[in-house]
Amino acid sequence: MENGFPTASIETLQKRALILAAIRSFFWERKVLEVETPVLSQYGTVDLHIDSFAVESGFDQIQRYLHTSPEFAMKRLLAAGSGSIYQICHCFRDGEKSRLHNHEFTMLEWYRTGFSYIELIREVDDLVRMILGPKTEYMDTECITYQVMFNTYLGINPFSATIEQLQNCASQNGINISFDSMGDDRDDWLNLLLSHVIEPQLGKGKLTFVMDYPASQAALSRISPYDPNVAERFELYLEGVEIANGFQELCDPQEQEQRFIEEQKKRIENGKMDIPYDKNFIKAINHGLPECSGVALGVDRLVMFALGLGGIEEVMPFTAYVS
Amino acid sequence: MANYSTNEFKNGLKILVDGDPFSIVENEVVKPGKGQAFNRIKVKNLRTGKVIERTYKSGESVEAADVMELELQYLYNDGEFWHFMDTDSFEQVAAPQSAVADVEKLLKEQEMCTVTLFNGVPLTVELPNFVNLAVTDTDPGLKGDTAQGGLKPATLETGAVVRVPLFIEIGEVLKIDTRTTEYVSRVKD
Repeated sequence: MENGFPTASIETLQKRALILAAIRSFFWERKVLEVETPVLSQYGTVDLHIDSFAVESGFDQIQRYLHTSPEFAMKRLLAAGSGSIYQICHCFRDGEKSRLHNHEFTMLEWYRTGFSYIELIREVDDLVRMILGPKTEYMDTECITYQVMFNTYLGINPFSATIEQLQNCASQNGINISFDSMGDDRDDWLNLLLSHVIEPQLGKGKLTFVMDYPASQAALSRISPYDPNVAERFELYLEGVEIANGFQELCDPQEQEQRFIEEQKKRIENGKMDIPYDKNFIKAINHGLPECSGVALGVDRLVMFALGLGGIEEVMPFTAYVS
Repeated sequence: MANYSTNEFKNGLKILVDGDPFSIVENEVVKPGKGQAFNRIKVKNLRTGKVIERTYKSGESVEAADVMELELQYLYNDGEFWHFMDTDSFEQVAAPQSAVADVEKLLKEQEMCTVTLFNGVPLTVELPNFVNLAVTDTDPGLKGDTAQGGLKPATLETGAVVRVPLFIEIGEVLKIDTRTTEYVSRVKD
């Protein structure tokens, strides 16, 4: 961009604005409240695989972090009795850049009090169909569990396969990676197989929701009351690309804090920046987070598909490379 | 030994894979919704030219390949090694047959070549796209036949045999495309 012009065309930006307006009216009609929460916080995510930008103030020398999602602040609002809420905001993730990643991107995140994650899947389906428009008329919605997905595409059981079986499966599928570097973390192996072999085949000409992840990949979702091996989490895929990630939200404050402490330990073991987990969030959910489901959706990717474009830089005015 | 983080991956970066030097030709980051991200790359083996796929955990560090590209002048072949010289520093390097195999039959003394060094030893030698070489042997041409038409074999001063038009005679200098080893034109004095 030698001339300083945007990476997206003005015409695309006009269509993007219409999509944002449609999202807002979707939630207006459903009486979901639009909120805005701070982008800068003295706490950050302790997720091992998400890196925050740290920002130091010249006035109080306090290090703060740009949020990687508005989750904690929005749950504080839920605990304070906000009812169902949504937010459209920029999120920041250090080191993420590719055709489908930018270190700053637009997230649509919403929470529905009293909704199960199954009910929320239906609402995500409604919203995405509305944005993609008439082309979805002949598109099916498919819901598969994580276990059925691995069995269908790779013929293995992700809950019981041994490391050796996962290694063999990777080799048979032409993945060329050093086994030493992978170690014996089952989730890393599952993610390797998922990202290399399965994901490219998901959501081909349809909306594919994957649900019921291994408990070890629960993130902030609730463990199923019916099966302790399963987390009530879902993802939406379109044409091999992840569009949204949702949870039946974990409401138990003790379990939540325990997960933070364990994740923080892993960050330190892996030589990652030591970030304090959100104490205000823990305080708030100690008062009681109402039963709810929540989902985060990548707006840039959805706009990309709605307009039939091939990369998120085509729907963003200025990507990290030119900002 | 220098290392690169996967964050530094970009096309053209030279890395070591299983001890061999490779050049990155494609770099794709794949990241499942939550969890470990991976750099899925396509790399070209600088020795064989073969392209393979390879995956690294994002954040991992990978050994850099000590690879250098130099413009050197070809001097002579001593029967075992092909000797090249830097025309500024007059430093010389000796290339094994494996490095010149692809260009050996078009390699003429004094020619400037692109020599890729791996750990200081020539790995590959590339010629300019076009070189001028004299014909040392070919059947006599048909008098007056300068029109389009048949081809005949001609041996060049470096040993290569190329298909040339019937009117070409011994002693003439030809322009040769080194990428295809094909005749392009006659070189007028």
